[in-house]
Amino acid sequence: MLLDADTLRAQSRGCGILGAGGGGAPTIGLLAGLRALEVHGPASLVDLDDLPDDDLVLPIGMVGAPVVSIEKICNGAEGARIVRRVEAMTGRRVAALMASEIGGSNGLYPAAHAAALGIPVVDADGMGRAFPEMPQVSMEIAGISPSPCVMSDERGNVLTLDPADGQWLERLCRAVAVCFGGRAISSEYLMTVAEARTAAVRGTVSLAVRIGRAIAEASDDPVRALLDAVGGFRLIDGKVSDVERRVTGGFVRGSAQVEGLRADTGRLLRLELQNENLVALEDGLVVASVPDVISVVDTQTGGAVSTELLRYGQRVSVVAFPCDPVWRTDGGLALAGPRAFGYDFDYTPVEDLRACAA
Amino acid sequence: MPALPDLRLGVDVGGTHTDAVLVERDGRLLAKVKVPTSPDVTGGIRGAISELLARSAAPTGRVTHVMLGTTHATNAVLERKGLARTAVLRVGGPATHAIPPLFGWPDDLRRAVSVAETIVDGGAEFDGRDLAPLDRDAVTRFVAGLPEGLTGLAVSSVFSPVSADHELAVEEIVRSERGAGLHVSLSHEIGTLGLLERENATVLNEALVSTARRVVGAVGESLTATGLGHAIVFFAQNDGTLMSLDHAIHFPVLTIGSGPANSIRGAAYLTGVRDAIVADVGGTSTDVGVLVNGLPRESALGVHIGGIATNFRMPDIVSIALGGGTVVRHVGEAVTVGPDSVGYRLTEEALIFGGATPTLSDAAVSVGRARFGTAPLSADRALALALRMADEMLAEAVDRVKTAKGEAPLIVVGGGSVLIPDDLPGVSKVLRPDDFDVANAVGAAIGTVSGQVDRIYQQAGRSRQEIIDAVSEEARSQAVRAGADPMGVEIVELEGIPLSYLTNPALRLRVKAAGPLAGL
Repeated sequence: MLLDADTLRAQSRGCGILGAGGGGAPTIGLLAGLRALEVHGPASLVDLDDLPDDDLVLPIGMVGAPVVSIEKICNGAEGARIVRRVEAMTGRRVAALMASEIGGSNGLYPAAHAAALGIPVVDADGMGRAFPEMPQVSMEIAGISPSPCVMSDERGNVLTLDPADGQWLERLCRAVAVCFGGRAISSEYLMTVAEARTAAVRGTVSLAVRIGRAIAEASDDPVRALLDAVGGFRLIDGKVSDVERRVTGGFVRGSAQVEGLRADTGRLLRLELQNENLVALEDGLVVASVPDVISVVDTQTGGAVSTELLRYGQRVSVVAFPCDPVWRTDGGLALAGPRAFGYDFDYTPVEDLRACAA
Repeated sequence: MPALPDLRLGVDVGGTHTDAVLVERDGRLLAKVKVPTSPDVTGGIRGAISELLARSAAPTGRVTHVMLGTTHATNAVLERKGLARTAVLRVGGPATHAIPPLFGWPDDLRRAVSVAETIVDGGAEFDGRDLAPLDRDAVTRFVAGLPEGLTGLAVSSVFSPVSADHELAVEEIVRSERGAGLHVSLSHEIGTLGLLERENATVLNEALVSTARRVVGAVGESLTATGLGHAIVFFAQNDGTLMSLDHAIHFPVLTIGSGPANSIRGAAYLTGVRDAIVADVGGTSTDVGVLVNGLPRESALGVHIGGIATNFRMPDIVSIALGGGTVVRHVGEAVTVGPDSVGYRLTEEALIFGGATPTLSDAAVSVGRARFGTAPLSADRALALALRMADEMLAEAVDRVKTAKGEAPLIVVGGGSVLIPDDLPGVSKVLRPDDFDVANAVGAAIGTVSGQVDRIYQQAGRSRQEIIDAVSEEARSQAVRAGADPMGVEIVELEGIPLSYLTNPALRLRVKAAGPLAGL
């Protein structure tokens, strides 16, 4: 598939949904992508099966504060600098780029970097959604080393880190991002194509494109079209009736309440937020939880509403759909299950919770 | 020194009508008129003023102030007419090259507006440090290379809401290179965080400066022609306050959205209520906004103007296609409401005026909610159903503009306000002031003068209160400079938003001071 302008626009809508309320607004990533396509021509999207086993796949993404990324926009050459450094260090060719995180803005930057480099983007990412921390990726579960981590900024600074593990990756990268002025472009969990085939979450770029097209082409009920595209569940149709948000330790935490309307009148759904929508509760019972994807969308347009933009009175639908199976393994749940976010309950897949409710 | 303020004349230009009112010193309404809005806008303003003066017996010499809410700027952007070509300078290299200025603009608007664009090194980091030193040579070269006769330059610098140093430095270079002939718009005076949206708003502003100069000139001539050449003129801006002529020339983009803001202010004045929901019901659409502490609440999100994403302040409005002329249709068994309207042809096309098109006005008359028109109308199930659907649309719009649960009073103004029922879910009571039909012009006439500061502050050893005090003082002195009475200025809005994901806490402070015109 070619990642041309129309495809990228569809992908950005899908990246918004896969962001599960977080991941940063896709707008800037989309504009950077569209500009790169205009200058360099479209990037191609390839399946990992179509690349040579020993070539390198480079996951890439932005680390830091969304507020910085809407103000201090990238130079555009950061990706190429990182690729050149990795190739010089390893003596091997980087065959393709991969999004570290498909959800939100980070799902779109690889297309911009890849178009500039003339290499493809692989149809995969490290999460299948958005998560707040860098080691919350499928490669960490698969035992791929986060080292070497190569970071760059708009000035041409390039930094190579050899973090001892995922936790150190997070600590060191955040510190470097602050030093660079609030954000950095970063690559970590470098792997071969053969490794990526089992270590990455596959098919997620084309999924984002499919979601975006389904929403845009829906004739009357874009939320229904979205659910069909992801195999998901509609938790409630209603309006946001309460939002409580605070910023602690650099993260947004809080909760939101959605009051049912029309067929759902009388129902009340509560969302727990930590950058992303983590848990949905009704009558004190968990109806969906992380690592499954919980997204709030505009009932009329099907467009994603991020946790930062939730406000009283919005007409929204809350949807939930299954995460990639890797997150349901012991390793996945240890990294990104409810307990990893400080909740005192065990994870139950959303489809089982729905079956129980019905 | 001008004479002591006496009569105030307020004008508000709407899509269909231009309204004008004459207000006594004590606030009484002396006269009001409605005339059709003219295609050039200015003619309608002149017509409204002439008719108003003819209708009231007051001698023109008593009119000391004229307040104008116009749509010149909005129309110029929407119709791509009268926009001046401008150069666009961004200070932000080596960052920001990934998305150049004006990327994503509609082609026709870009061609109408921009003569050259560049990015030079410079700008600030989120904590106010230099992103890079300002490349003064590059600025000088760009400015020197601009065509002779070019009148405008839009300047935006990365994180200028935190530190405007580089934007101010560019302005100085322009002054020494080109003198006062090249007008400059600086982004930190126009928008907030979000480089692209702030830059877009700044470019639109600069493109509108020449239109603003022309409008100010034409208005001056009209006033002289109607015997009001001596009056002091203010323009209504989109936060519901007034700005001086000089300010209006430099910040024309701030007049976009002044219409709804005027209605909300007028609704407050006519009812004496300072906190409420306001619905301005016209012939084609209804604007629902929120009155907070006597002023319109501003939108927290950016707004699109003529296809361009911007982030300068605008009133927070939910607009729905519901008005007196909204067309009601049968589609099989179902009934639909709008979105189209017969607009100003209501008195020819509506059933109650002997026409053949069922409208919401007919629906309101058919159930006895309103009594007007010239032709008899019998009860009709479809019309009654359409009115119930309209009530639901309105109730939803009212709910959407609220920020919290609970009932609030609703003030209804505008020519179509007879459509609104006395009972609406979420509304404690419906207030219908006298002179509801000219609330927008009243809002312009009684406007206060404001000053606003919206910037990012690092605490840097200062207490939060110390920062707030300093910023409040700056907002107050801005209001006084704009013409407010120093004794009457108060802080009407104060918001502190911590910025997320930054370990080093920074605070976005938005402070607005407002007060009555000096001498009133």
